Amino acid sequence: MSNNGNILEINNLKTYFNTEDGVVKAVDGVSISLKPGELIGIVGESGSGKSITAMTIMGLLPSGTANIDSGEVLFDGKDLLKASEREMQRVRGGDIAMIFQDPMTSLNPFLRISTQMIETIVLHQNVKRKEAREIAIKSLEMVGIPDPVKVVDSYPHQFSGGMRQRVMIAMALSCNPKILIADEPTTALDVTIQAQIIDLLKALSADLGTSIIMISHDLGVIAGLCDRICVMYAGKIVEESCAVDLFKEPYHPYTQGLIASVPRVDMDVTARLISIEGQPPNLLNLPKGCAFYDRCPKRMDICRDKLPESKVLKVSEAGDAHRVACWLYDEKGGSHE
Amino acid sequence: MKVYAIKRVLGLIPTIFVIISISFAMLHLAPGDPFSSERPIPPEVRANLEAKYGLDKSPVIQYFNYVGRLLHGDLGLSIFYKDYTVTEYILKSLPTSLTLGGLAMVLALSLGVTVGVLAALFKNTYIDYSLMGIAITGISIPLFVIGPVLQYVFALKLGLLPTSGWLSSINGWSAVIMPVVTLAFIYFAEIARITRGSILEVLKSDYIRTARAKGLSTRVVVVRHTLKGGLLPIVSFMGPTLASILTGSVVVEQIFRVPGIGRYFVESALHRDYFLLLGIVVIYAALLVVFNLIVDLLYVFLDPRIDYK
Repeated sequence: MSNNGNILEINNLKTYFNTEDGVVKAVDGVSISLKPGELIGIVGESGSGKSITAMTIMGLLPSGTANIDSGEVLFDGKDLLKASEREMQRVRGGDIAMIFQDPMTSLNPFLRISTQMIETIVLHQNVKRKEAREIAIKSLEMVGIPDPVKVVDSYPHQFSGGMRQRVMIAMALSCNPKILIADEPTTALDVTIQAQIIDLLKALSADLGTSIIMISHDLGVIAGLCDRICVMYAGKIVEESCAVDLFKEPYHPYTQGLIASVPRVDMDVTARLISIEGQPPNLLNLPKGCAFYDRCPKRMDICRDKLPESKVLKVSEAGDAHRVACWLYDEKGGSHE
Repeated sequence: MKVYAIKRVLGLIPTIFVIISISFAMLHLAPGDPFSSERPIPPEVRANLEAKYGLDKSPVIQYFNYVGRLLHGDLGLSIFYKDYTVTEYILKSLPTSLTLGGLAMVLALSLGVTVGVLAALFKNTYIDYSLMGIAITGISIPLFVIGPVLQYVFALKLGLLPTSGWLSSINGWSAVIMPVVTLAFIYFAEIARITRGSILEVLKSDYIRTARAKGLSTRVVVVRHTLKGGLLPIVSFMGPTLASILTGSVVVEQIFRVPGIGRYFVESALHRDYFLLLGIVVIYAALLVVFNLIVDLLYVFLDPRIDYK
């Protein structure tokens, strides 16, 4: 199986939830590929399917209601969706680690940091507890925790939010994963700490060669970290591009709206903030055509009736494709505008 | 922590005294006295009896006399049972009640926690439904129904166990089984329900998701990451429950004729046996406040976030 030098390849993933009211199409045909060492961002509003995509990769969807309708998640050429629970336990935390939104609640309050770190290291690295402790201390040092020998035996509540997120990162990276999935890792932190965490992730990725999938609703956070960005809307990727091009020349009206609604320091402070009108569509009952139709300022008749395919509009000098799923653009990159 | 513990222990004394004072007042406010019966006794005899037990004095003086004796460890004389002092009755019957309650507690806790955890792990499956069905049954059916039903089935019909009684040379431990099971049943049901709810709550928490994302097996996630937080509500529940379960259920002791403290509690109230009743209240109150204190102090060891300063 060829994987084009990609460490992770998600092809046409569809994760649905069976509810009493019907099928919720949380992730509806997502394809993402990730190269070793690459930093990719998934941006979108709540309910756009970004976290569910991450949970599907990790095999952590709630059993019973969640249903992976189709698609594949190829890690090193192996489909994780077909892996057994045992194999997935080796992948989780070992090959693919994950950190979460709220560092205040993501660490077990009843167990020492050392216990929580050592159990992971012993599980994935075939080392003795004593050695694992050394690795834990080294990892804490690496993420900038002062005096790690002393604090390794503390409880999570003795740390601030930013420090706890550093502990989470140390724990996630202690087993040298090939991929780190960061699900809104800075959302619960204040802005200066956000910047520190972003810088830390960037530096660690460069040092260790870890690929990062960064999930956020915050374009600023994604812009600060990622090489490539996928914009998700209603379970689909509507635009994908390298970070520079996306901000310089966003194609999809939704992306344009997102970028326009980021408040700027040089803005007139008396002006109203720009927002995208309307609400995201009900995932239980998606329209036949483009899901953004109702909110789109540039909608056309075809948008209501036919779903736009994702097309490559431009390829940058570095070889990055800029893809967009919108009827405004035809195959050759021309515009109807 | 040490200072806190000492403060709490000292705080127990006024609490117990408040309980005693209120009980004393209520006893004296209730109509009748130890010597009122269907057949009136001659006034001279009554006067003699009242003088013997100090009941001829005003209630206030009686109260101070009682408290004064109590401070010396003297619980007084029973008015109805004339063979022993109150202390002797309590020493004679309390160990039986403690054994009954202790065994019932061990049974209720071990079964309740196991059933609760299993029901939580197999949430919304037939395992969950049947286990919780048993628990709901346990909560709904009163002791005085469960007890006689067990007696009917296991003693009368099957002849496996003696109908009543307690540890004896004839029956050995076999007479202990039914009272313990009956008493354990309602507590088991309560513990199973609390455990299930609280374990489900913990399983939903972010740190369990983290534990699973680290690749830990379900067993480690449950045993190491879930139980400690999930069982905290059980610890709080056990504080007041321990006192009542250890002193035995009055009803269970009646049904199975267990010679515990519960029998004296009921009879002393019926006979307005002031000193025996007050003595038992003192013991109940002491157990209750002590167990609550133990639970509060245990929290420090169970939840690292709690720090009494």
